Amino acid sequence: MKATKKTSFYREHLIEGLFTNNPTFVQLLGMCPTLAVTTSLKNAIGMGLSATAVLMFSNLFISLLRKRIPAEVRIAAYIVIISGFLTAIEMLLHAFIPSLYASLGLFIPLIVVNCIILARAEAFASKNPPLRSLFDGLAMGLGFTFALSLLGFVRELLGAGTVLGYDVTFGVVEPMLFFIMPSGAFLTLAILIAAVNAIRARAAQKAATRVSQAEEKEGKEEASHG
Amino acid sequence: MADIFALMLSAVLIENFIFSRFYGCCPFLGVSEKPATALGMGCAVVFVMTLSSALTYALYYCILVPFALTYLKTIAFILAIAALVQFIEMFLRRFMPALHGALGIYLPLITTNCAVLGAALLNIEQGFDFLHAVVFGFSAGLGFTMAIVIFAGVRQKMVFCDPPKAFRGFPLTLLAAALAAMAFSGFSGLQIG
Repeated sequence: MKATKKTSFYREHLIEGLFTNNPTFVQLLGMCPTLAVTTSLKNAIGMGLSATAVLMFSNLFISLLRKRIPAEVRIAAYIVIISGFLTAIEMLLHAFIPSLYASLGLFIPLIVVNCIILARAEAFASKNPPLRSLFDGLAMGLGFTFALSLLGFVRELLGAGTVLGYDVTFGVVEPMLFFIMPSGAFLTLAILIAAVNAIRARAAQKAATRVSQAEEKEGKEEASHG
Repeated sequence: MADIFALMLSAVLIENFIFSRFYGCCPFLGVSEKPATALGMGCAVVFVMTLSSALTYALYYCILVPFALTYLKTIAFILAIAALVQFIEMFLRRFMPALHGALGIYLPLITTNCAVLGAALLNIEQGFDFLHAVVFGFSAGLGFTMAIVIFAGVRQKMVFCDPPKAFRGFPLTLLAAALAAMAFSGFSGLQIG
């Protein structure tokens, strides 16, 4: 019984992070890096995975220390923990993936003020055991990476005519530079979030009709019994 | 003097923090419903950004560089900014209650505003001297304020429109921001000096 409960927590939480409670599309957090680094798919994935790594480790340590951190200074404590891991990630990127480090630029140190990480620390890691917090970091981080990659893919495809740097237009269509520019970032994100809203509204409607149909059926059955 | 003016103009218009660099998008999209609140937030940002530029500059060149600790600059800067914001809040509450009443509620939000940390890091990256760093912090804050106030005006007009259901709320705000960013990208052709 206990084992099934545990696995269902992990599965549900992963679905929540990736889709139903996606940090970017549903919770609308962390807009600065979302808009800024998604000029290409490669940057988007790099940013997403760096943030995921920081989020996992900071969630784990905040959860381990959750009973020791006094409530009055918790935000400052969280920021110190987050920026510690961030500095480690920053140095690793600088050493091993210098091209990504150069193209993400100042947005790597700015992960420290990414609202997603502070929000997960405050809403989840400070109240839950370490392993679950680590997994929460992974699920939310992957959700963030997924959203960034989708945005990066669309912007790179339309704006530069490439996917991961490979040309896919074959010189037939001219790419629209607009999508690489800042205004293109706002526009693409607006349309993606509207699409997500439409899908969620339809799913909610379907669920509602299913419930009402089931109720109707029950009502009929009861009537026939009566 | 001319290069100071050029720096200010480029920080306010050409490399606007919101529309071309994307620093401070969270408060930009979150606190821009009314022009009055947007102006309050903007003033608080100008205030904190100018002071934090000076403070982080001193911290970097007087402490981190001599002790070869420059790799700690992210931690040091964010802590310095958090302490500064706390100090400003206490100072305003004690000595300027009227200003505290106007700006007080925005101050805690500023600690996690990436525009402030972004300005501090840009000052170091671009190798500014002290005067340029402070001027850059001030004018970047000014650019932020201008963008957020203009945008709040636009959002007030949008209350009356009737968009498709899926676009209501946040997506519509982003669409308006896209148009505003397009207008600002016109400044990128501006030649200075």
